[in-house]
Amino acid sequence: MAAKSENVEELVRKDYEHGFTTEIDADTVPPGLNEDVITFISKKKEEPEWLLEWRLKAYRHWLTMEDPTWAHLDIEHIDYQAISYYSAPKSKEDGPKSLDEVDPKLLETYEKLGIPLQEQKMLAGVAVDAVFDSVSVATTFKGKLKEAGVIFCSFSEAVKDYPDLVKKYLGSVVPTADNFFAALNSAVFTDGSFCYIPKGVRCPMELSTYFRINASNTGQFERTLIVADEGSHVSYLEGCTAPMRDENQLHAAVVELVALDDAEIKYSTVQNWYPGDENGVGGIYNFVTKRGDCRGKNSKISWTQVETGSAITWKYPSCLLKGDNSVGEFYSVAVTNNHQQADTGTKMIHIGKNTKSTIISKGISAKQAQNAYRGLVKISKHADNARNYTQCDSLLMGDKCGAHTFPYIEAKNSTATVEHEATTSKIGDDQLFYCRQRGIKEEDAVNMIVNGFCKEVFKELPMEFAVEAQKLLGITLEGAVG
Amino acid sequence: MSNNTEHYLADHERLQDKLEKNWLSEKRLSALSGFEQNGFPNTRQENWKYTDVRAIARGDFTATSDAEVSISHEEIANIRFNDLDCYELTFVNGKFRHDLSQLEGLPEGVIVCDLAEAIEKYENLVSANMTNEAESNVSSFTALNTAFVQHGAFIYLPKKVVLEKPINLLYLAKDQETNFAAHPRNVIVMESQSSAVVIESYIGLDDSQYFTNAVSDLSLAAAARLDHYKVQQESMNSYHIGYLKAQQHKDSYLESHSISLGGAIVRNDIHSQLDAAGAEIVMNGLYMTSGKQHVDNHTRVDHLKPHTLSTENYRGVLNDRSRAVFNGKVIVHKDAQKIEAHQNNANLLLSDDAEIDTKPELEIYADDVKCSHGATVGQLDKDMLFYLRSRAIDEDTARSLLTFAFAEEVISKIKLAPIRHRLEYLVVGQLPDADLIREFTNE
Amino acid sequence: MLKIENLHANVEDKKILKGINLQVNAGEVHAIMGPNGSGKSTLANVLSGRDGYTVTEGNILFENDSILELDPEERAWAGIFLAFQYPVEIPGVNNVYLLKAAVNAIRENRGEPPLDAVEFLALVKEKMKLVKMKEDLLNRSVNEGFSGGEKKRNEIFQMAVLEPKLGILDETDSGLDIDALKIVSEGVNHLRSDDRAFILVTHYQRLLDYIKPDFVHVLSDGKIIKSGGPELALELEDKGYDWVKDEAQAA
Repeated sequence: MAAKSENVEELVRKDYEHGFTTEIDADTVPPGLNEDVITFISKKKEEPEWLLEWRLKAYRHWLTMEDPTWAHLDIEHIDYQAISYYSAPKSKEDGPKSLDEVDPKLLETYEKLGIPLQEQKMLAGVAVDAVFDSVSVATTFKGKLKEAGVIFCSFSEAVKDYPDLVKKYLGSVVPTADNFFAALNSAVFTDGSFCYIPKGVRCPMELSTYFRINASNTGQFERTLIVADEGSHVSYLEGCTAPMRDENQLHAAVVELVALDDAEIKYSTVQNWYPGDENGVGGIYNFVTKRGDCRGKNSKISWTQVETGSAITWKYPSCLLKGDNSVGEFYSVAVTNNHQQADTGTKMIHIGKNTKSTIISKGISAKQAQNAYRGLVKISKHADNARNYTQCDSLLMGDKCGAHTFPYIEAKNSTATVEHEATTSKIGDDQLFYCRQRGIKEEDAVNMIVNGFCKEVFKELPMEFAVEAQKLLGITLEGAVG
Repeated sequence: MSNNTEHYLADHERLQDKLEKNWLSEKRLSALSGFEQNGFPNTRQENWKYTDVRAIARGDFTATSDAEVSISHEEIANIRFNDLDCYELTFVNGKFRHDLSQLEGLPEGVIVCDLAEAIEKYENLVSANMTNEAESNVSSFTALNTAFVQHGAFIYLPKKVVLEKPINLLYLAKDQETNFAAHPRNVIVMESQSSAVVIESYIGLDDSQYFTNAVSDLSLAAAARLDHYKVQQESMNSYHIGYLKAQQHKDSYLESHSISLGGAIVRNDIHSQLDAAGAEIVMNGLYMTSGKQHVDNHTRVDHLKPHTLSTENYRGVLNDRSRAVFNGKVIVHKDAQKIEAHQNNANLLLSDDAEIDTKPELEIYADDVKCSHGATVGQLDKDMLFYLRSRAIDEDTARSLLTFAFAEEVISKIKLAPIRHRLEYLVVGQLPDADLIREFTNE
Repeated sequence: MLKIENLHANVEDKKILKGINLQVNAGEVHAIMGPNGSGKSTLANVLSGRDGYTVTEGNILFENDSILELDPEERAWAGIFLAFQYPVEIPGVNNVYLLKAAVNAIRENRGEPPLDAVEFLALVKEKMKLVKMKEDLLNRSVNEGFSGGEKKRNEIFQMAVLEPKLGILDETDSGLDIDALKIVSEGVNHLRSDDRAFILVTHYQRLLDYIKPDFVHVLSDGKIIKSGGPELALELEDKGYDWVKDEAQAA
């Protein structure tokens, strides 16, 4: 079919919606990494001695490690000395105490992003911690959360105000030496979110963090730690954007979740970092370590991710199912278009008895993009009656893209039940024709079919996020079929 | 890296002294230096992640022993497939035994002989069809095989020849304390539209420790059809490494049945390259492990051209402290459109100390494809168990019966009745209450 | 309304249609019959613009304009509806959602404002009665898990909602039991009107007991070899297709 090619190209070239930069005074250290830079970051944040030591230990171990090469990714060599490891928007000495004190330019940025940062918009019931380059800018709704006993603040504040909690849990899920990027993050992380839900508390609202990389030549290394104490419940949302830049920028975050007895954490991500242009120039390298520890019995951790952005995504949100009867879930949609590459998936490590995990992964590749699912399901020797169900489907749009599936299953217990199913197919010609015969435009028909393909994952997202995710999917894939 | 390559280098020198210099000599030496460079595979290599072969490396197996082994016709008669009228090439401890082989009545133009003979007589055919061990995905075991290449089967089918009777390659092991290594090499060349059935049987006649390192090179020209069976019943103390490489041209059809029952450490590799439209491979496999066995099956299909097909169905039954590995890889190369590839691996864990590591992989660089894979690990269906027990069958028998039924899914696809019956007999023999089950399953 | 002139069409270089001429006026119902492989379904697909069919000669005029260059959706906007022989399953896409998107796409092209949720629902409810659709099918994924009869009913239901000018029913009767056939036929009969035309593609005469055609055409080897009134269908049922072929050959 001779598709109207000008039209298609125009759509493909459609601008990255969030590609504006914000001009504000930033306090940035020169590029390069050594113990002095780490000490500088630690001093700048007025950290206690133990944390500096912790960072330096991570750094020294990092020096002995090599970039991982096992992923199905083509990564240009990264010069870690060319990155600036700290960039904070300059603000008044003591930092903003309320939104009125926040740089209006920043607020404008968030408004462009559609983040409901201002209190009046908070009726939606979302508390937001916004991280801009390396520093947490503002956390909303503190009062209401405090009433419920929930701690939700920037990581730097948590280090000052709740040092015992931080010391107890930091690095307890992702140790400093876990992997190359986690070690790097541990050495240089600048800020992030901290969240603690006390015993028996159901967090009264969704918690949310928005990340944005703004300054050029900077990396973003945030650290998120969420602890759900016994019987508590929290739903946490994370969104990300970055401006358009010609060079690649590094984002190497670490997220640690701890769920104690009967606790539940639901963690949703809509990742929309700048993917680079249609020739593969620029874009974010998104190398993230996310892991949840179902430490208590009957605990549950659920990851939902919609990955539409980044030039390269390297990310495996995982669950350690230690507590008996604990449950791990992973729902993922990963879309790659043009020259994007994604190698993403999960690990479900069954340790406790009667543990259950579900993995639903939907990969969509278009143009020259490469999309890989990589997963591990491990049933340890004593994990009696462990159950896993995995389904991973790939949809291909265009004859130059690739879809790959690398599932590892290791079972050491005879009562385990593990099921893995995967399919890969082209977007259906029959389905497209059917929709078009009913009068629906090709672009809309593609959107409709792709959204249907991802429905099992979208229904796991909170309402507002699901809508955003669907829109993003549409934008990412516009013009992908012609 | 613990690498006992020196032993093999010395053994190779002894071999060199024994053999006359010919066109292969140089190839042997270059393969040996390749092996020397890479050493034995180790678990840091993705392809060997779950299989540790240090025990083989430490084994000091020798391919140059002169020990004579006596085997009677009766001994062989016992292990033959009943009622199977076939041509037979017999090897004992890796060496060809003309006295135990049967090649009478081969049709005009068909060649079936020991590879050593073919190396002398058919240099071009042999050299053109041996896998190049320098290829990146070929393990150093293949290089080791090439370095020691001497005996094995050479099979050649001319154009349009349909060979009615199967060819049985009997590899027997009966050790007399020599700790031998056998490096059999089977070169099978099928010209266009020819058809044949080849069985590779590896059988240990006692419980001795030895090392079989077999390589089979299959070349199927246009519209050729090969039914290939591999029945592995090595001694429980032996090590078996097998590599099968198939080069498949237009409309060729390869059906591979691989049944692994014996061996302490076993690794089977099948690699097919579907090189032209219409080429198809069907892979059928069964592994049954017990004791401390370790059985690893790796398969890889390269869909290089459009309109090629692959289907794979492997099943495993694991008992005691045994461990099995399955890795199935399907690669759909760029521009290879209209591909269908389906893959399935199912495992039954019968013991808490058994372990299965399975990894079905898809790598797809084209878009107009229909690919699927599935893997399961599980136990016997509780409803079925209950049903049988409610019909007055005791639990053990019911379990054995259902286990047999699980394995039978693979065995029932074997078309040659004598082989199918033999395998059913062997599989049932591994289950408790074997006699009872035989009654149930008698055809 | 529809004028097919000397239509030749190929599927992958194979000639299937070899010169079809047919005129369909508003208000008429035409039945196209013929043995398997005669090109019936190809004709239906070519009319609605499916990929993979190449028109090599001739023309199709719809309301006096050629539609050969139009995309499938543009033909749908013009008022052509195809009831599929094998309705397609689309996992995850809600039946009602598809329908709403389709209705509003067609309205947009007619320059009409989109229906809001209330208006749309009223329309749907009314049309559902026509084919006795169960309400729960509405909120399921398009055709997914539907029985054969439910799928065909869903096609007629969609046609009722979209109100096309020309309805093409491709083997709608195949795989239907007699009760389902009656329901589907009643639906179609209800939609018959002076400004709407139908083309029924079918292998069996059975459907024509319930939907009375004005004209019957016999298609064989890519050509219409005989045309007549409803009585032709009965004759075909009686005597099979061979005599028509012989007759055509003799002529």
